[in-house]
Amino acid sequence: MPPAQPGTVSAADAAPHGGAVASPGRPGGSKERTVQLEVLRYNPDTDTEASFQRYAVVCPEEGVVLDALNEVKASVDPTLNYRWSCHMAVCGSCGMMINGEPKLACHAFLRDYAGVIRVEPLAHFPIERDLVTAPDDFMEKLKRVKPYLIPKESKPIDAGEYKQTPAQLMKFRQYSMCINCMLCYAACPEYGLTPRFIGPAALTLAHRYNQDSRDGGRKQRQEVAATHEGVWECTFVGACSEVCPAHVDPASALQQMKIASSVDWIVEHLIPGGNGS
Amino acid sequence: MAKSHKPVVWFPFAAGGTVIAFFIPVIVLLTLLAALGHVPPGLGYDSLRAFAGSSLGKPIIFGVVALSLWSSAHRLRCTCYDFGLRADTLVATVLYVAALAGSLLVAVYLLGMPAA
Amino acid sequence: MSRNPLVREVSPTSWFFRHPRYLRYMSREITSIFVGAYCVLLVVAVQRLAAGREAWEGFLLALQGPASIAFHLLALVAAVYHAATWFNATQKAMPLQIGEEFLPGNVISGAHYVAWAVLSGGVLFLAGVI
Repeated sequence: MPPAQPGTVSAADAAPHGGAVASPGRPGGSKERTVQLEVLRYNPDTDTEASFQRYAVVCPEEGVVLDALNEVKASVDPTLNYRWSCHMAVCGSCGMMINGEPKLACHAFLRDYAGVIRVEPLAHFPIERDLVTAPDDFMEKLKRVKPYLIPKESKPIDAGEYKQTPAQLMKFRQYSMCINCMLCYAACPEYGLTPRFIGPAALTLAHRYNQDSRDGGRKQRQEVAATHEGVWECTFVGACSEVCPAHVDPASALQQMKIASSVDWIVEHLIPGGNGS
Repeated sequence: MAKSHKPVVWFPFAAGGTVIAFFIPVIVLLTLLAALGHVPPGLGYDSLRAFAGSSLGKPIIFGVVALSLWSSAHRLRCTCYDFGLRADTLVATVLYVAALAGSLLVAVYLLGMPAA
Repeated sequence: MSRNPLVREVSPTSWFFRHPRYLRYMSREITSIFVGAYCVLLVVAVQRLAAGREAWEGFLLALQGPASIAFHLLALVAAVYHAATWFNATQKAMPLQIGEEFLPGNVISGAHYVAWAVLSGGVLFLAGVI
């Protein structure tokens, strides 16, 4: 792979047919605009530092930053690496820093940006290559909080389904909307400063199952959530909830978990017969 | 990994934060008036001394000052860490001991003010 | 493919300049300096009160002066900012589910603001200010 070229590379320069500018625009004469991107690049085989590279591509005005990146990849620089899949804010793959804000590239509308758009890989995660980050730390933490239903009592299938009222569903519904995009980790300064922190999304998913009327696994999850590295590393900055594209509120989940963990502590240590250690 | 004993410091922090929010602004306002030379009647020696001497006033004064001190100490500890001061154990010890000492002093002063 | 991920360190002393929301968070945390200093003043006040009439009246006199007024204004801004951020946070820490639906967050925070106004008014009334 050639090293990143300095200066601006534009679709017009690279297009094999001279001035014909490739555009992902739909037919129907939508307005187009030249988008200037400043993309952080890192090649693990040759680089020791990451550096910015400028691109200019023509995109439909109603497009998103992911469209601009796809246009760069298709017609300017096929070596650019980034993750994406659904293009509709469901899969959570295309999280990146756009002008310093953790965003899904498919959910960052070009009309909201003027001038050069700076695109960087998600903060707080190691850069694998260009805009691709290594999610290993988050994946490992996610497993530790057991984000799955641990039934209170197992019963045979012919005993029927586990029933739940709408009110019981509402208690955890918003927390089940997490798409594991890790924007909250990129927004959380405490995770950046103290990487051992279990972090917003994983703890919020623990809370989601703790709040489920069918679940009996809270005691097991507390072994991780109620440690120093769990909820107690959170100082309620609130950035996680501000950047969440799925409108989950991790800051709320973590404060509720702190209160519940404090009540646990009082029961365990101050109330006689409260299962104290 | 053992469960954390953080609730010991966090619970009084949360209680103190609530006390600060509800009561400290208006108390600051009262002493600000005094600082401006308009001492509110309630800050006069006789009425305040009577309040501090009463069995209702003592726990209120102690509760407000002790919890606010603790809450500020805890938040200051986190702030020091956020500013990059990584000697957390030392910072925490100094601040918590200071808050406890202040609370102890207030308790002693209050006990020295019997009802008139 | 061999992996050689680039780890980027977060500066422990200047991270909060990276985004305005971090500065907002830090200003909330910094209120503790002024509130804490004011609490120390309260400890001194209780000591002066316990020391008798002369000591207390001397304390009230000592409160006067531009430095004291400036300190009080800073403490007032800090305490009010603390209160506002605290009440805004209550809806996150203590959401309230009634039937199926959760009470809108601003109702919970709003109730705290109302209680704050009532309590502050009560204290001002008892202190003879209003």
